[in-house]
Amino acid sequence: MMGNFFQTGVIVSIFSAGIRLATPYLLASIGEMLDQRSGVYNLGIEGIMLIGAFLSFYTSLKTGSLMLGILMAIIVGLLMGLLSAFINVTMKAEQGISGIGIYMFGFGLSGLLFRLTMGAIVTIDGFKSIPIPILSKMPYIGEIFFNQNWMVYLAFLLVPISYIVLFKTTFGLKIRSVGENPSAADSLGVSVEFIRYVCIIIGSVLAALAGAFLTIGQQKAIFVENISAGRGFIAIALVYFGRWQPTGVMIGSLLFSILDALQIRVQIANIGIPYEYAVMAPYIITIIVLVFVAQHRIGGSTALGKPFERCK
Amino acid sequence: MKIRKNAFFISIITNILIPLGAVFLALIVGSIFLITAHVNPLNAYYLMFAASFGSLYGITETLVKATPLIIVGAGVCVAFRSGMVNIGGEGQIIVGAILTTFVALKLPSLPKIISVMILLLVGFVGGGIYGLIPGVLKAYLNINEILTTVMLNSIATQVLYLLLRGPMMDPLEKAFGTGYPQSSIITQSAWLTRFFQGKRLHTGIFIAIILAIAMYYLLWKTTIGYKMRAVGKNKNASRYGGINVERYMILSMLIAGGMAGIAGAVEVMGIHHRLLDGISAGYGFSGIVAALFGKLNPLGTIPASILFGSILFGADSLQRTVGIPAAMVYAIEGLVVVFAVSGEIISRKIASRNTEILTEDEK
Repeated sequence: MMGNFFQTGVIVSIFSAGIRLATPYLLASIGEMLDQRSGVYNLGIEGIMLIGAFLSFYTSLKTGSLMLGILMAIIVGLLMGLLSAFINVTMKAEQGISGIGIYMFGFGLSGLLFRLTMGAIVTIDGFKSIPIPILSKMPYIGEIFFNQNWMVYLAFLLVPISYIVLFKTTFGLKIRSVGENPSAADSLGVSVEFIRYVCIIIGSVLAALAGAFLTIGQQKAIFVENISAGRGFIAIALVYFGRWQPTGVMIGSLLFSILDALQIRVQIANIGIPYEYAVMAPYIITIIVLVFVAQHRIGGSTALGKPFERCK
Repeated sequence: MKIRKNAFFISIITNILIPLGAVFLALIVGSIFLITAHVNPLNAYYLMFAASFGSLYGITETLVKATPLIIVGAGVCVAFRSGMVNIGGEGQIIVGAILTTFVALKLPSLPKIISVMILLLVGFVGGGIYGLIPGVLKAYLNINEILTTVMLNSIATQVLYLLLRGPMMDPLEKAFGTGYPQSSIITQSAWLTRFFQGKRLHTGIFIAIILAIAMYYLLWKTTIGYKMRAVGKNKNASRYGGINVERYMILSMLIAGGMAGIAGAVEVMGIHHRLLDGISAGYGFSGIVAALFGKLNPLGTIPASILFGSILFGADSLQRTVGIPAAMVYAIEGLVVVFAVSGEIISRKIASRNTEILTEDEK
């Protein structure tokens, strides 16, 4: 059986799944990275993912259109982002606690709506993979990287895009300055509140899309309660792991997703380990990763978590 | 005289009106969901509160739910006041309950008071150790305690499954092949006494109130509590003032975890008399809501827990009678948290305006 495990076909499928499973982590953590670069924690992304996951699934189920599901996720992200930004920026709430509030709200709302509308598990067809011409024909590599659905490509495209936005544009400079020294940015005429609103809203839209990926981004799409199972919180940990750099965040996401893929394989292979160990593994590894990156922590915004008060 | 009157009104506004306003707003938003589900919200809320307060059974069940909330919430007050955002209540309840059941199953028949005392201590140790982990990681490595406690919650849930499907499963379940994930019944001398025939209300409510008073005393009447609150207000100033900041951060997490562990022990001894799947029942999260609602004062947590206990029980009965899923409670609680922390700015503004009045009067 172990011999079977190491066949090239199996390895290719593990890596292919690893790339695919990186998508929700990547979407959510790139968004969270933007939030934190602008100086705001958004610990509620798990809740936003859950609402996005349910409403995109339900919309697709009812309308038969997956793209309307995606549109729904974007609307969810916009609204929840507006709410989070209002609480954290305008009302200057304690960000850790308000994030938990948003999480509980999302957890409860998605569970409530699921039970009210469906109540049972329904399967629909999600997005199909789009093989990229020529590239997908390459042996192994093609199957792993270039035979995925569009959400996967989008998530990986966001890595260079977010890098360029953050480090090569005026807007990115504003984001970083608002996170590093809001008073200085404010004195130069940058609207701290506006920049933070924009970042939180973008982050929430990406979180909602991450949620949508968990449902309609799968070939066989289903929704179950608490489908995100802590991935939103893991995504926040990945921002620390990646030291607030897009490439670092991507490496972290891949690390987790390949572990996820491996873990699923182990469960399928049924080699006598209780599956609880496999389910537990990502959470334990998250804590270990947090311990590992704690020693050399650089790159976080100085004003992270502090509401901005203009000096009178 | 005028000043004192002001202070009184301000304390009413910040301590009572803002939290109640938060609940009110949350219920209004909740009614939107109810309307979309074709349920009359006024009717639903009436049924909820009638269920909770309209009969002896309702009142006892409200208090049954309030008991763990008070204990968890009083612990959360200690952690939050010390600047530690402990979201790990669920995991700490589970570990406390596991350890309590494990010891209770081995316990010889002792006088009730002794068994109960031992098991409460065991629960405290279990939850406390589980709270210590994020505490140490935060104090010495500055690792975000919210993330670690969330991860530890998920880990504890899986450990519970592992134990209940494996070594701790009731031998009877194995023998009959039913395989329901629960442990054997603990010895009767460790059961908390119930007040009424056929109702689940047990002496745990007194344990909860005593513990809440103890936490209040700890926070406001002892040097340790003073130092904890100082650390929570300003770490650097506390350090310059000669306080061992790390020690008090860790201690607060030990106490908060320990309290949640006791809540787990009380649930085992008072309600289920065994360990089972879903033992924490969301109390770890609802306890946070109760603590925030009680303005992070352990004594305020008592009425807050009774209110949320009634909402929890009301939601359960709503699920049975009208078919509204009880998951709605989480959505409403989440909104209460969001509105309550947002309302803080109003209290702060009023307070700062008041200090200005004070200084003018002093002139």
